[in-house]
Amino acid sequence: MEVTRRQFLQLGAAGTGVLGISPLGFDVVPATKIKQTLRIEGATVSHTVCPYCAVGCALLAYTKKTPEGKTQLLQIEGDPDSPVNEGRLCPKGASALQLAVSRRRVESPMYREPGATEWTKVSWDFALDKLARNIKESRDRTFVTTDADGNVVNRCEGIAFAGGAAFSSEEGYLATKLMRGLGVVHLEQQARV
Amino acid sequence: MTNHWRDIRHADLILINGANPAEAHPVGFQWMVRAQIERGAKMIHADPRFTRTSAVADRHLRIRTGTDVAYFGGLINYVLQNNLYHRQYVEFATNAAFVVKEGYAFNDGLFNGFDPEKKVYNPAVWAYELGPDGFAVQDINSPRSVLNLLKAHYSRYTPEMVSSITGIPQDQFLEVAKLVGETGKPDKVMTIVYAVGLTHHTTGVQIIRSGALLQLLLGNMGRPGGGMNAERGHANIQGNTDHAISWDILPGYLRIPAPGQKTLDDYVARSAAKKLHANSLNFFGTNYRKFMVSLLKTWFGDAATKDNEFAFNHVPKPASDASWLSIFDAALRGKMEGIMLSGMTATSIGPDSNQVLQALSKLKWLCVMDAFATTSSEFWRAPGIDAKSVQTEVFMLPATHWIEKDGSFTNSGRWAQWKEQVLPPEGEARHDHWILAEVFQRVRELYQQQGGTFPEPVLQLVTAYKDPRKPDLDEIAQEINGKDLVTGKRLATFGALKDDGTTTSGDWIYCGHYPEAGNLTKRRDGVQDPAKNDPTGMGFYPNWAWSWPVNRRVLYNRASADPQGNPWDPKRAGIKWDAAQKKWVGDVPDYPPTADPANPASPLPFIMTGEGTGRLFSNGVADGPFPEHYEPVESPVQNPLHPTVSTTPVAFVYDERSGRGNRFGTAAEFPYVATSYRLTEHEHYITQQVEHLVQLQPEAFVEIPAELAQEKGIANGDHVRVSSKRGKLEVRAVVTKRLGPLTIAGKKVYQIGIPIHWGFVGINSGQHWLANALTPFVGDASARTPEFKAFLVNIEKM
Repeated sequence: MEVTRRQFLQLGAAGTGVLGISPLGFDVVPATKIKQTLRIEGATVSHTVCPYCAVGCALLAYTKKTPEGKTQLLQIEGDPDSPVNEGRLCPKGASALQLAVSRRRVESPMYREPGATEWTKVSWDFALDKLARNIKESRDRTFVTTDADGNVVNRCEGIAFAGGAAFSSEEGYLATKLMRGLGVVHLEQQARV
Repeated sequence: MTNHWRDIRHADLILINGANPAEAHPVGFQWMVRAQIERGAKMIHADPRFTRTSAVADRHLRIRTGTDVAYFGGLINYVLQNNLYHRQYVEFATNAAFVVKEGYAFNDGLFNGFDPEKKVYNPAVWAYELGPDGFAVQDINSPRSVLNLLKAHYSRYTPEMVSSITGIPQDQFLEVAKLVGETGKPDKVMTIVYAVGLTHHTTGVQIIRSGALLQLLLGNMGRPGGGMNAERGHANIQGNTDHAISWDILPGYLRIPAPGQKTLDDYVARSAAKKLHANSLNFFGTNYRKFMVSLLKTWFGDAATKDNEFAFNHVPKPASDASWLSIFDAALRGKMEGIMLSGMTATSIGPDSNQVLQALSKLKWLCVMDAFATTSSEFWRAPGIDAKSVQTEVFMLPATHWIEKDGSFTNSGRWAQWKEQVLPPEGEARHDHWILAEVFQRVRELYQQQGGTFPEPVLQLVTAYKDPRKPDLDEIAQEINGKDLVTGKRLATFGALKDDGTTTSGDWIYCGHYPEAGNLTKRRDGVQDPAKNDPTGMGFYPNWAWSWPVNRRVLYNRASADPQGNPWDPKRAGIKWDAAQKKWVGDVPDYPPTADPANPASPLPFIMTGEGTGRLFSNGVADGPFPEHYEPVESPVQNPLHPTVSTTPVAFVYDERSGRGNRFGTAAEFPYVATSYRLTEHEHYITQQVEHLVQLQPEAFVEIPAELAQEKGIANGDHVRVSSKRGKLEVRAVVTKRLGPLTIAGKKVYQIGIPIHWGFVGINSGQHWLANALTPFVGDASARTPEFKAFLVNIEKM
């Protein structure tokens, strides 16, 4: 018998979840279903895709606004409508909430001077300004307009860009466009490594 | 993938190599298991380790890592020798009958065209004999036909030879060869599923080609349940390859121009495939210029005119390979000033992490954009490095996650699926594309104020977004799709692109994903209503998301039907010719939609190649027109086929070529073969920041075969030191029967397994050993893919 996640949940909701009889001797499916229902009741459901491997499992993300106006992520689960995953997830996808909401995030731009032994917390404006100046200086210093054979080549040899296999496609496209606009030839992502 | 995840359920035989889908792509693996359960499919897993994939498979073959060319070669030879290939398919859909130009040779491990000084081949010598009409001569009975050269080339891959190279016992190999050979019948189909276990070798490209050759011979390419299916390892590695975050291409797999290509016509002439058969449509080659001009118009707008070759000279022309290894090689040579890493670490991902750390230390500046600290942002205080001595200026910019932004991910099966923004950016975090857009605008302002070297492309690149510093991904999606500049309307297909500067498209293979009707990657007609949403019953679900190109679900699907247009297997039709309607029906055809197969002038089935067919012989690769087995650069044996040319003569050996001296070990010092891999609970390195996953797999370890452990007195859980010529790990040993000894060229060889996930950053930051400290800094001749999956180590009990 093939039971999809959708049917499984329906079985549970109808209270006929023979599959849910646990070693404890009672049916846990209705209880699980009720708990989940309470947890996500009134929540907004959004569609996203798992950030890990490239199976492309569709996810449902449930959020609620807190009284303070913050968006709280309540739950991430597999989307039962997807022809790719039909609601199923692996341990990584099933714990995606812990990647999404983490106390371990980098909180602000950080800068390390040459030879420094610690980071310095800096403003976005400081970091972006300095980075832009570095890019211009490196580009001007390492740009080759014509090679030794007299060919027009217009390339920047001294800057590399690498990333990001978890970019949205549109971000990746923009990265390619901006880097090629600067004349960057060293351009790479995880495809080779 | 030529096919897609759900399609694997149509296979009769599933050949899995260099992959462990049960653990690395568990949810995709369901389609393989469903093929077993629903249609009695057989699953064969050839892998150095017995994994959970092997446990579900019908047969596990313990293979020596890096020998898949020999394994596939043995299967190809078995199929050819026993006439098990799909003759009608091969004659219809491959270049078997093409005659190769005189001079082709393969002797003692070398093809013709080898330059021993430069250690490169000249692939141009591997060409066809051309007739008076300029097309390739066709004669399948010629001694120089592709089929006859193929038979001769592979005749050396006997079961004895395959066993001697791979370690697979002959009886097991022959049992599998019999199953594989049976899929040469029209009503049988085999899929090949693989991952980086096949690509991460100095013969990586030829390993993949070997699989493709086998699939062409058996008539399995283009068919539902068939194809060559790469399981990609990161959420959007496919989409970002399509959009060309890769040194050698522009979006849509257009080649990056090369020095000496003075004009656009020159570029097209040297980049696009030539028509080699009178009935070849050569769609890509014929339309190459349209796709390139539309891209240049997208990027440079009004500054791209007919008079200036549409700003062709604004596009950089690399001097030589500029891929991953080349970046760090250039840094080691003092030629690289700055690196931007966006959602990607350099240190952990390697290879040869210790050398990568040195390379990062030689930069003027490094900018890391990520949500979490990485081993690259923290490289300057890695264990063993004195921070005071590192003169690199480092930026750590907090970036948003996938869930804090919208945009699409393209999965392994080429399905582009839109995701919504679920959460606002955390704290001060900014989107990667906003950081890049903002930095670009600031660089542009510096050029406006100060001038500088060749500022034109920086000043003229089109960034006409509502806010050029904060472009919406929806705006960019529309730009990628492209439009007609005369009507201003977005285009429905790349068939409408022109080379006169009146159309745009940022990536021609995505043209049509966002027509006037809206963004098709948002479509959600899935399995909630199969009768309505899957009209063919083949699992194409054409209104779930969108797949490139033109929402086609199986590439090369013209080859799923016979020359008359009838599916090889009517129960598993890809497309078929509907004579009443005078059109192809089923999947979106990979063929002109109304080309009548009864018309002798109709195109050959593979419309993207110059031949019009699949290629059993090709000069599109740098290391030979046919695949050949070469030993990994670090190997315990000499190549049994040709000991004097044991490893590939054209692998790119960076250290030697840059005068640093090779960092390769010998079997005398490092007697054991090692391979590296992922675990289910981790994804590279980012999951070291996820508590549940760190609890599930908390600690670095290596897997050691039980027999070897006994020889070395190592017990399960002991601390061991694993070392290569380049570095070491000091971690716990997991002693297991999942690995075991092989007999290679008469010699007993052990393989050791090394999970890749740990480093000096993360929740368990005491676990500072980097698996890639062990791996060699050497690349495949064509793709420069490092040899992460086969190298030599020693192991000692601590």
